[in-house]
Amino acid sequence: MGMTMTQKILAAHAGLKEVEAGQLIEADLDMVLGNDITAPVAIQEMEKIEKKQVFHKDKIALVPDHFTPNKDIKSAQNCKCLREFAKEYDITNYFEIGEMGIEHALLPEKGLVVAGEAVIGADSHTCTYGALGAFSTGVGSTDMAAGMVTGKAWFKIPAALKFELTGCPAKWVSGKDIILHIIGLIGVDGALYKSMEFVGDGIRNLSMDDRFTMANMAIEAGAKNGIFPVDEKTIAYIEEHSKKEYKVYEADADAEYDKTYIIDLSKIRPTVAFPHLPENTRTIDEIGDIEIQQVIIGSCTNGRIEDLRAAARVLEGRKVKKGMRVIIFPATQDIYLQAIEEGLLSIFIKAGAAVSTPTCGPCLGGHMGILAQGERAVATTNRNFVGRMGHVESEIYLASPAVAAASAVTGKISGPEELGL
Amino acid sequence: MKAQGIVHKYGDNVDTDVIIPARYLNSTSPLELAGKCMEDIDPDFVKRVKKGDIIVANKNFGCGSSREHAPIAIKASGISCVIAESFARIFYRNSINIGLPIIECKEAADEIEAGDEVEIDFDSGMIYDLTKKTEYKGQPFPEFMQKIIKAEGLINYINS
Repeated sequence: MGMTMTQKILAAHAGLKEVEAGQLIEADLDMVLGNDITAPVAIQEMEKIEKKQVFHKDKIALVPDHFTPNKDIKSAQNCKCLREFAKEYDITNYFEIGEMGIEHALLPEKGLVVAGEAVIGADSHTCTYGALGAFSTGVGSTDMAAGMVTGKAWFKIPAALKFELTGCPAKWVSGKDIILHIIGLIGVDGALYKSMEFVGDGIRNLSMDDRFTMANMAIEAGAKNGIFPVDEKTIAYIEEHSKKEYKVYEADADAEYDKTYIIDLSKIRPTVAFPHLPENTRTIDEIGDIEIQQVIIGSCTNGRIEDLRAAARVLEGRKVKKGMRVIIFPATQDIYLQAIEEGLLSIFIKAGAAVSTPTCGPCLGGHMGILAQGERAVATTNRNFVGRMGHVESEIYLASPAVAAASAVTGKISGPEELGL
Repeated sequence: MKAQGIVHKYGDNVDTDVIIPARYLNSTSPLELAGKCMEDIDPDFVKRVKKGDIIVANKNFGCGSSREHAPIAIKASGISCVIAESFARIFYRNSINIGLPIIECKEAADEIEAGDEVEIDFDSGMIYDLTKKTEYKGQPFPEFMQKIIKAEGLINYINS
């Protein structure tokens, strides 16, 4: 029986010729990632392991991005723990404030993950690197600790769902709209324990930033990972960012999928997920008047340069509505600098938006934009759970950067078309 | 190995943000985390929960963030087992890795109610609702995971 792309990568990392869905394997890891929330717990766990070592000092990445720049004393202690651990074990890929970014934007940008690799990260959005044709998945802190010591992790080989993408998305329709549409279609547990394998001609119409956004939110459908085939855009990205050798895996023609969905990208409209689940999606045409008080543009889902460009196209020459709080987070220092050089930050600040140093910040209700009781935000982030961005009686509407920017101007949830764009 | 206790019941898609809100993730102390467990979905949970109690929920329990703080908070609050129709995969892994017993069983998740007294036999996978006098067969773990659970977590398993 044939194997899916995910199954082939896992088989190769387990030293096996063939694997099948449901099989338990132990895989060699190419990268183990942690952040300032999950790594301190992993480091505590590692202290209990008798054989204290790291399997490879270049294959561990530590990124203090969640509650940084340190939001309080406890967070500062956690970051100190990370910093001291990185020093003690001579970890190559520790990124201090000033060079760090949001982990899932940072690792591809620094060339630390390439096609064909197997990666775990103690952060659920580690699935982002599927955009590069890698197997990557989120785990907890204990798995991270074991991975740092042994360079291995156990996996159950996942069954797969196939998403065949056709056609070309319309103006103002981005990877965010496509993945929200898909989550709306299959539900927040629609891909539970499975891999989401994106295929089809439509992929050539998606930029790398679109693909990162889509793979990033595979977890919001419960998936183990989301993965894209490697094409010329992927290779160009990898060669621009990395010196590592990459390996291209392709699914067998007779690979088995539990279900195939055909998605015509040309039919997708800008899409918004209503509180309190990412599956509660509506197209921009079905929304009505929903007043908002805050807009967040950023996060590991949508803080990349194309996201900022889309927001700037909407905000250029316009003002955010009086009384609106609009906060924009370039995801990494390089993206921040590029946005300065392209004049995007001037557009944002002239429009009346605040621009922050890279941080996960409000996405998980950490800091830099917490909501009060009864407030509503449009956010380009990934989760709209109860209390995720602040008070339990606040609301988050998930959308693309273009929709978030248009909403900032009107003060209610709006698409760019409403501004005549 | 057995567990017995009173049931706290929840619905579908209980996410790790409501199990332990991010505003408390600047702590890594199990006891501190336990003091805030379920705060955003069930503010009285912390006052009601007693050692040995059991959480029963419907599908996709523990979805969202990979924070291991969630199963750590549940375990440290005294919960002896979580029964659900299905678990989000990272929560499933994390629970096994830290030695928090979890069982998948749709019938039990559908029928058991808040306040019921429930006993679980982990060796047989049987779930007994002592209040309703009903019984259910839970999904047994693969042998490899049973070894991790018996060692009370992945770290002990690695050490052994």
